[in-house]
Amino acid sequence: MIRDRPLVLVLPALAGLAFLVVPLLGLLVRAPWAELPARLFSAEVGNALRLSLVCASLATALCLVLGVPLAWLLARGDVPGRGLLRALVTVPLVLPPVVGGVALLLVLGRRGLVGQHLEAWFGVSLPFTTAGVVVAEAFVAMPFLVIAVEGALRAADPRYEEAAATLGASRWLTFRRVTLPSVAPGVVAGAVLCWARALGEFGATITFAGNFPGETTTMPLAVYLALETDPDAAIVLSLVLLLVSVGVLAGLRDRWVGGAG
Amino acid sequence: MLAPVLAAALVGACSSAPDGTTVTVYAAASLTEVFTGLGADFQAANPGARVSFNFGGSSALAQQIGQGAPADVFASASPATMEQVAAEVDRPVTFARNRLEIAVPGGNPAGVTGLADFGRAEARIALCAERVPCGAAAGEVFRAAGITPRPDTLEQDVKAVLTKVRLGEVDAALVYRTDVRAAGGEVEGIGFAEAERAVNDYPIAPLKRASPRGRQFVDFVVSQAGRAALTAAGFDVP
Repeated sequence: MIRDRPLVLVLPALAGLAFLVVPLLGLLVRAPWAELPARLFSAEVGNALRLSLVCASLATALCLVLGVPLAWLLARGDVPGRGLLRALVTVPLVLPPVVGGVALLLVLGRRGLVGQHLEAWFGVSLPFTTAGVVVAEAFVAMPFLVIAVEGALRAADPRYEEAAATLGASRWLTFRRVTLPSVAPGVVAGAVLCWARALGEFGATITFAGNFPGETTTMPLAVYLALETDPDAAIVLSLVLLLVSVGVLAGLRDRWVGGAG
Repeated sequence: MLAPVLAAALVGACSSAPDGTTVTVYAAASLTEVFTGLGADFQAANPGARVSFNFGGSSALAQQIGQGAPADVFASASPATMEQVAAEVDRPVTFARNRLEIAVPGGNPAGVTGLADFGRAEARIALCAERVPCGAAAGEVFRAAGITPRPDTLEQDVKAVLTKVRLGEVDAALVYRTDVRAAGGEVEGIGFAEAERAVNDYPIAPLKRASPRGRQFVDFVVSQAGRAALTAAGFDVP
């Protein structure tokens, strides 16, 4: 046994495991269990949780509508400079979210490049609104969906699409009836990842959408704010987010966690 | 092999070495400009000394200090936030006072004239969150004026509020007089009578574990040179 698993690998592996798990245990240990039910059903937690779930779901819907076609374009579109396009799409993935928030503010803010026209022509202003939260979350989360769907598309056998085309199906019909069903698991996995990322979004949201209870204060913002005045409330909010995250992981277990086991 | 080296490098980078030459100052966001200048003056007057700052909302800084953050000096924007870390600091002294002013973007596009505009539904308003000193002061001001404000966002510190005004994202905000001055021409200030009702006292204190340099920096802030710099920035000096 030991010879199979050299200590020089096992020790760092155990340290790595502890590093990832112990902070989460810390949350459980420090949680105010006695007053948990009362706090869990307080208006503050309820508002933040409802807002978080609604915004993350809307952001995911937006990402699906825009991201799946984008993934298709990257995988199948035969566009020039595809490598560059793919790199651009993944920028929000590596960009610090706060920077994304600043960028959104400068473009979609009231005096932003695009925002000033939105305001002038349609009377629409995104910062400090729930719609602004959705936009910030979608900006940060969409690359997760695009990459997952694009990977699935590239792994899918293009001959089915070619067969559909030779049988006279239009590209749109082929996309709907052949391509999309064949990559459905990839789309679902991408959407779940995207949703989880949107749910946890903090930096871009607080920068672009500000902070107002019931309007823009999502769970991660509430955790951060509560930590300054009421650490117990922060722990309760964190536990709820942890529970939701574990739920998402359980939903994905066939794909990632349980796969080899 | 790499791990211990990396760990050592990380530890080295993250902790401020307690060698007595670096002073780590946690200061209210509203002190950003004046303390940055004072830090440079302090370094010039004390060759070999280095001052590093962490500016932020006083309540967030107090929370970090309570959790053991490696600060030598804490300068907060209210006695209440200093009180939160009473166990950690030595005898705070009030070194400055500040008052609120209405801040509007250059040109005052929404035609804001006074506190009453903060109750208008269509006006975009930014305020500090109630637990930050500027938010607590704003609350007192509105109570004194009998106005219920309708803010669109509650920001973490006064500089975040000021940024929203600078970008023109809000029509009006309450910030400190010194912030309006620091923002230059981008932001216009409008004074109001109720500001007298909520004048913030700024306490400063060395932490109990502070190096002698830390205490020296506190002495420098309350010295004649420090008072002159604070006055020039628009603070009242006791």
